[in-house]
Amino acid sequence: MPQLGSLFDWFADRQKTSPSIQQQQEREIADGLWTKCEDCNAIAYTKDLIANQMVCLECGHHKRVSCHERISQLIDDDTWIPLDEQLQPSDPLKFRDRKAYSDRLRETQRKTGLTDAVVTGMGKIEGSPIALGVMDFRFMGGSMGSVVGEKLTRAIEYATANRIAVAIVCASGGARMQEGMLSLMQMAKISGALERHREAQLLYLPILTHPTTGGVIASFAMLGDIILAEPKATIGFAGRRVIEQTLREKLPDDFQTSEYLLKKGFVDKIVPRTQLKHTVAQLVRLHQTVGS
Amino acid sequence: MAGNEKKPFLLEFEKPLAELQERIERIRELAEESSVDISSQIRQLETKYVQLRDEIFSSLTPAQRLQLARHPRRPSTLDYIQAICDEWIELHGDRRGKDDPALVGGVGKLAGIPVVLLGHQKGRDTKDNVARNFGMAAPGGYRKAMRLMEHANRFGMPIISFIDTPGAWAGLEAEELGQGEAIAYNLREMFRLDVPIICTVIGEGGSGGALGIGVSDRLMMFEHAVYYVASPEACASILWKDAVKSVPASAQAAEALRINSQAAEALKITAKDLKNLGILDQILPEPLGGAHADSIRAAEVLKDAILKNLQQLQLLPSAELRSLRYDKFRQMGIFTEG
Repeated sequence: MPQLGSLFDWFADRQKTSPSIQQQQEREIADGLWTKCEDCNAIAYTKDLIANQMVCLECGHHKRVSCHERISQLIDDDTWIPLDEQLQPSDPLKFRDRKAYSDRLRETQRKTGLTDAVVTGMGKIEGSPIALGVMDFRFMGGSMGSVVGEKLTRAIEYATANRIAVAIVCASGGARMQEGMLSLMQMAKISGALERHREAQLLYLPILTHPTTGGVIASFAMLGDIILAEPKATIGFAGRRVIEQTLREKLPDDFQTSEYLLKKGFVDKIVPRTQLKHTVAQLVRLHQTVGS
Repeated sequence: MAGNEKKPFLLEFEKPLAELQERIERIRELAEESSVDISSQIRQLETKYVQLRDEIFSSLTPAQRLQLARHPRRPSTLDYIQAICDEWIELHGDRRGKDDPALVGGVGKLAGIPVVLLGHQKGRDTKDNVARNFGMAAPGGYRKAMRLMEHANRFGMPIISFIDTPGAWAGLEAEELGQGEAIAYNLREMFRLDVPIICTVIGEGGSGGALGIGVSDRLMMFEHAVYYVASPEACASILWKDAVKSVPASAQAAEALRINSQAAEALKITAKDLKNLGILDQILPEPLGGAHADSIRAAEVLKDAILKNLQQLQLLPSAELRSLRYDKFRQMGIFTEG
């Protein structure tokens, strides 16, 4: 039957020329219309995902968000006042691995539109004033050098002087090697500023997000009056691989996750991102009468 | 070979010196046997020895200093404490269920002044090093240190701390017990203490594990000591990853050495570098050949420097001391503000 044959041809032809549903989806993901979950592969309409603060509607996976998205998620509209935006990293060591640090900085700044790995400022959270620092993992793994240390220290000092709470959203691999010992010393500098803030009986809330490790966990991330964490974030001091090498055995699956730290008593509460603003605001309100 | 036991551990750059010394000894023995006067030749060789030593030790690369800082015969915290104190009692335990042998401390008297002393403790040999975990302290060590510093604060005793660690212990139990929290807590609380804190890097200052007892009013470093944000080896494996694999197998060991020494150079880990960066207050000169060549002399230099700093710091009221400590760390960091 010639007609049936041509129908088959028509199908075969169509399959060749028109994109498959999968191809079409991939193109639309690339266009940004749809976003695929890195964890469960579920595909969501990007608009819906943004409305859900980049938390997968299927599995609850918390996708990485930029510092600016984070600020708009946490801070009341039109209340954000950025601090110390003029601070720029330099290259005090003239550090060069396979690439010069100064080139790496320029390139990362261009790619991210950020000056360094933290944005600080003050604003209101459900009406309560708060000083906020937000780290951005996209900027050299959220690593802490002189600028991160200085901006966080100034934000904490600002909060102490104005008698307000501080929250820091942590996302960092630790100290920035390219600034050598200057990076390590930021750990002490920030901790010193937190000591004064604490002495003034003011509330400090670190919020641990994926990942929070190394020099950040060994300083301000663990110094909160109350410590919050997003679900399933990697949180730890030493790298998992380093520990596996020294132990020569496999570590528990949930090792160095938010849930593991909660179990071990190092985190107060795991808060899904969609409830984070309300929880932080509630905690700030609960402590407002104390010390002020 | 009975003599073998006494044979000192030699670093690569120490070998020409040892060879020359051996030659001098042999000639001296020969001279005694044959009763020929060759004292002028010996004197000549001895002069050459001194020249060579000066030459080698005045132009050490960061990687060579790193080797010296890790020298197995380098004086340890307990060596220095015993050498500088009139009397001393080691105290144990963090009162939370641990007593970390990698971080020691206690009370003692330094030129008549009661003080609390503490520091990382490396081992003298392999067996000792296993017991001391190579000076890599666990959370219990940092908590013991804090407990002793609180003790010092209560009794108005200055705190003398010694840094000598490859880094804080990276292990399953250390994570379970909160390695990050233990170090973080010390960093903050050391700013609160009312007593003078003098810290000296005697060997190796490994990152956060070193800083965990390193917040101080005066930071000193021995001439060949090193202090780093990440060990050159770790830094190389992260920033120069795959560089070693890119050369033929036979050349990989040499390439790894080359890259590690490049990382040691780039990270700025020497006392002189850290003085330039505004992190270090004082460099303690070492006897020629390094602290292990004359540990008695090294301890004298250390004691003298601690006492001089202590005299100045003890004059300050505690509020001023704390405020100056804050300012000291507050100014650390280099950036531009346009």
